[in-house]
Amino acid sequence: MSMLPPGVSEKVFGQAIRRFEGVVGKEWVFTSDEDVRLYRDAYTPLWHEGDEKVASAAVAPDSAEQVQAVVRIANELRIPLYAISTGRNLGYGGSAPVLSGSVVLDLKRMNRILDVDERNASALVEPGVNYFDLYRYIRDKGLKLWIDCPDPGWGSVIGNALDHGAGYTMNPYRDHFGAHCGMEVVLGTGDLVRTGMGALPGAKTWQQYRYGFGPYVDGMFSQSNFGVVTKMGIWLMPQPEAYLEGIVNARRHDDIIPLVDILSYLMNSSINNAGTNLQSPLRFAASQKPEVQALLTRDDDEAKQALNKFAADNKLPFWTNILKFYGPEDVVKAQWAYAKKRFAAAIPDVDLHDGASYRFPLTDEQIRQVRDESVFGIPSLSIFSIGARSATNPTPSSGHLWFSPVIPMTGEAVLESQRVLAKVLQDYGGKTIVNVFPQSYHPRTFVILVGFPVMHDVAANRGVRDVFRKLIEVAGQHGWGEYRTHTVFMDDCARVYSFNDHALLHLHERIKDAVDPNGILSAGRYGIWPKHLRKA
Amino acid sequence: MKAPTSARWSVIGTVAALATVVAGLCAAQPPASRQRGEQVFAYWCAPCHAPGPKHPGTQALQALYKGKKPAPLEKRTDLVPAVTKAFVRNGVSVMPPFRKTEISDADLKALAEYLAPKG
Repeated sequence: MSMLPPGVSEKVFGQAIRRFEGVVGKEWVFTSDEDVRLYRDAYTPLWHEGDEKVASAAVAPDSAEQVQAVVRIANELRIPLYAISTGRNLGYGGSAPVLSGSVVLDLKRMNRILDVDERNASALVEPGVNYFDLYRYIRDKGLKLWIDCPDPGWGSVIGNALDHGAGYTMNPYRDHFGAHCGMEVVLGTGDLVRTGMGALPGAKTWQQYRYGFGPYVDGMFSQSNFGVVTKMGIWLMPQPEAYLEGIVNARRHDDIIPLVDILSYLMNSSINNAGTNLQSPLRFAASQKPEVQALLTRDDDEAKQALNKFAADNKLPFWTNILKFYGPEDVVKAQWAYAKKRFAAAIPDVDLHDGASYRFPLTDEQIRQVRDESVFGIPSLSIFSIGARSATNPTPSSGHLWFSPVIPMTGEAVLESQRVLAKVLQDYGGKTIVNVFPQSYHPRTFVILVGFPVMHDVAANRGVRDVFRKLIEVAGQHGWGEYRTHTVFMDDCARVYSFNDHALLHLHERIKDAVDPNGILSAGRYGIWPKHLRKA
Repeated sequence: MKAPTSARWSVIGTVAALATVVAGLCAAQPPASRQRGEQVFAYWCAPCHAPGPKHPGTQALQALYKGKKPAPLEKRTDLVPAVTKAFVRNGVSVMPPFRKTEISDADLKALAEYLAPKG
């Protein structure tokens, strides 16, 4: 046996393991070093360090009833559990607990697609169902529905939504928690609750009307440790008729201000109904030119003019943005035509041209040829090319972390965040500042995504942790908080959300004490600790 | 409507210590086991290790071997079962290990035999 849960005797732990085996079967309780080792976080920034977060054992139920039984035993014997769905939230903690010694409650075996309703465009799934599973099910049945998936397709549909993950098709589907509808949850006492219309026995609209009657509590179970979600509804996207990309290339530094203002207007008016990806070809070119990078750290007119000249001399757009339109062919053409009119009126010399266009369904050959299949709700693992060994990356990393603060959707905020975050990176020895671009994962905001490699190298990982924590602190001072983070930084990120002496965290703690009175579920997740482990 | 209980990724790269593990000659594989091994590969391994672009495992092995060995795993003729098992349970680089709730021991055996040298 690897280790004991904190505060639990060997005798009591032995009893718990035997009783877990009685519920799920001996085959699905893992206690040997060899088996428990498989629950380590493969991308931990604590490799080879004594405080790496590790499990004491794992138990894998096959049904909500088995989850209830396991939780009741844990509640009675005060065994800390840590729930995972597919355990593939790599970069955010994977399958390892926040509190070392927790027993991982591995829900991967609960992988049933319980319902897919084509007419109402929704699904009801268990936590072990990943994006590949749901995609293949829909495709095999020939249903005219799309899923929205994040970059790696092996994540859990439920787990990703609960962690506020996002994808790349259109609103409202790309905000995965926003697209969920109804849950079934096991609380820390073992009680089973259904939210929304699911509270009505025989409900006919559990996956259609999210609010039910009374307070809307679903948010409590995302980024938290208040319950174990055993079923969830998710809205699916009716297969659109067509897709059209519109490309906007702006030539000057200050063009980003009207560019983002118009983009924001188009998105908030549902004229542009998808996420976007603002980039700067100039900045990529500057990555090899220290003198140009130095200009990027300045905010004065002389520097801007010099950068504008560099862009013009090298025939590079300063900013480029691809707008994505999904819908009937006539409608997407009209949306892009209107968008072009707005951009042309506001940005001198802007280059506007059509990008890729498709009609659906795609053929297998088209799927093989597309640049990015996630834009069409097709799951893959191609994102792991980043970090993996390649012709241009002979030294692969052992994983990655993402620093990801939420900033306003304005050009000013993009420029300010780039300057502020780049300064931190440079202070800590970073050699490049190009890796700081906004993603529009969620409506009305940008997320700045800064990637860090994780290595099996203690000194390198310590350096990454130091700069990561500094970024959290500095971003917080500027009013930018993270939308999601690795388990190692959850306390740091939660601490930044400190309005009125951490009133929100205190509310989380009061809820924790009410729904999980013995504090057995996923201690420490998102900075929420049970009473007996709370620091004064 | 249960999705397959097993797994998806598999082997990237190589580690000298693992590569020296020698397995015995494979017995002739019964068709059912071979079919299961193929299913496990298609479900868990192919998204990274199928031929062609956009497969990070294939990309990594191409960069590692530079054509001295085939990059797609199904084209390899040197993957003795112990090597496949070691990579699946240990991971390498950005490929994580796979838990037994993903690839059970029985499925891993079928997968390792499917990828093993034939004959």
